[in-house]
Amino acid sequence: MDQDLKTELSKHGIFATTFEELYNWGRKNSVWPLTFGLACCAIEMIATTMARYDLARFGAEVFRPSPRQADLMIVSGTVTKKMAPQVVRLYNQMPEPKYVIAMGACAISGGPFRDGYNVLKGIDRYIPVDVHIPGCPPRPEALIHAFMALQDKISAQHLTGESRPRHLKAELPSEFPVPDFGEHGLEPAQNDEIFHNPLKVLQG
Amino acid sequence: MTLEEIKTRLQTGVPGCRVEIVVNGSPSAQNSLLIDRRDGLAAARFLRDDIQLDFCSNATAVDWPDREKTDKVKTRQVVDGVEKEIEQTVKTRIPGYLEMVYHLFSITNREVGNQEPVVLRMRTGNRTDDVTLPSLTPVWRSAEFQEREAYDLFGVEFEGHPDLRRILMWEGFTDHPMRKDYVPPPDDEREISGGQ
Repeated sequence: MDQDLKTELSKHGIFATTFEELYNWGRKNSVWPLTFGLACCAIEMIATTMARYDLARFGAEVFRPSPRQADLMIVSGTVTKKMAPQVVRLYNQMPEPKYVIAMGACAISGGPFRDGYNVLKGIDRYIPVDVHIPGCPPRPEALIHAFMALQDKISAQHLTGESRPRHLKAELPSEFPVPDFGEHGLEPAQNDEIFHNPLKVLQG
Repeated sequence: MTLEEIKTRLQTGVPGCRVEIVVNGSPSAQNSLLIDRRDGLAAARFLRDDIQLDFCSNATAVDWPDREKTDKVKTRQVVDGVEKEIEQTVKTRIPGYLEMVYHLFSITNREVGNQEPVVLRMRTGNRTDDVTLPSLTPVWRSAEFQEREAYDLFGVEFEGHPDLRRILMWEGFTDHPMRKDYVPPPDDEREISGGQ
């Protein structure tokens, strides 16, 4: 429906909407994150939920202790190689639709610990990430900004048509392979279906 | 009590104990006791019971890779009938080893160590197949996890450790990441931070 027409109708006391808008409006205002912290970024995440920054204003105050009840995974902190399979497993256990925020330099790329022998160089090697927040650690405002970016993303999702999101396409996976502990590192080192090595992409 | 006194008491208290003082040339001048690994356990018991070093605050490992030492040696040789002094460089290869370092304190007697840790060292035979050291966990319980860490990251094997398993890396991991010659797996290539 035309936006101008909707505004015009609302001036006359008529509220017009679509099912899609209503549905996404409900979804984006009740995103429940998983209670899940990995390192120092988790402290900022906790601060974001408390009274001063108050993530509850955005409908995300209910941190669920079970992945079965969660919609959003905030990967807050360094993912070690020993922890990575558990992170992927938790993601797999979440019901669709599910979203991931990679919070901080470590979750994006390994951050200052990138060259460490036990540090995963970004969680996007194994699970699809919706919003990346840089920072070490990002301030609570940055997490709120990322959360609002995620809300915008949710409200822009179409329920039908070719551009509908992954969870509405039956043929696309909702679970991703859990890496195994190998003799020298994780096997495989990344999920090639979703992760594209930036250098290899540049080289073509 | 100075390190020299501890050394003398060790040599009388543990017969045949081979002790050396490793001199630290830096401004801190924190010298340490180097004990032959065969006497390790007996010496540790003596340090705890007789010298009252009852607390091990830190245990860690150091990796010393093989290194080459170059010395300039002056020799006299007869060249063309004339005796000359010739300088030669001699290279000697010093084989590497793994070293355990324990920091010991005395809670009961503050005079021991004089507010500073008494540093105890033990060395393995080499870095490959002779990497066994006696575990000092039976003497100082606080060394248990730190010896496990040294086993995990450096590959020092402890004899007499009650529970020698990897502590940071997973079972089935075969490398020792804190060794100088550790190479990360090739799939860990550094896409943006350089490297290749």
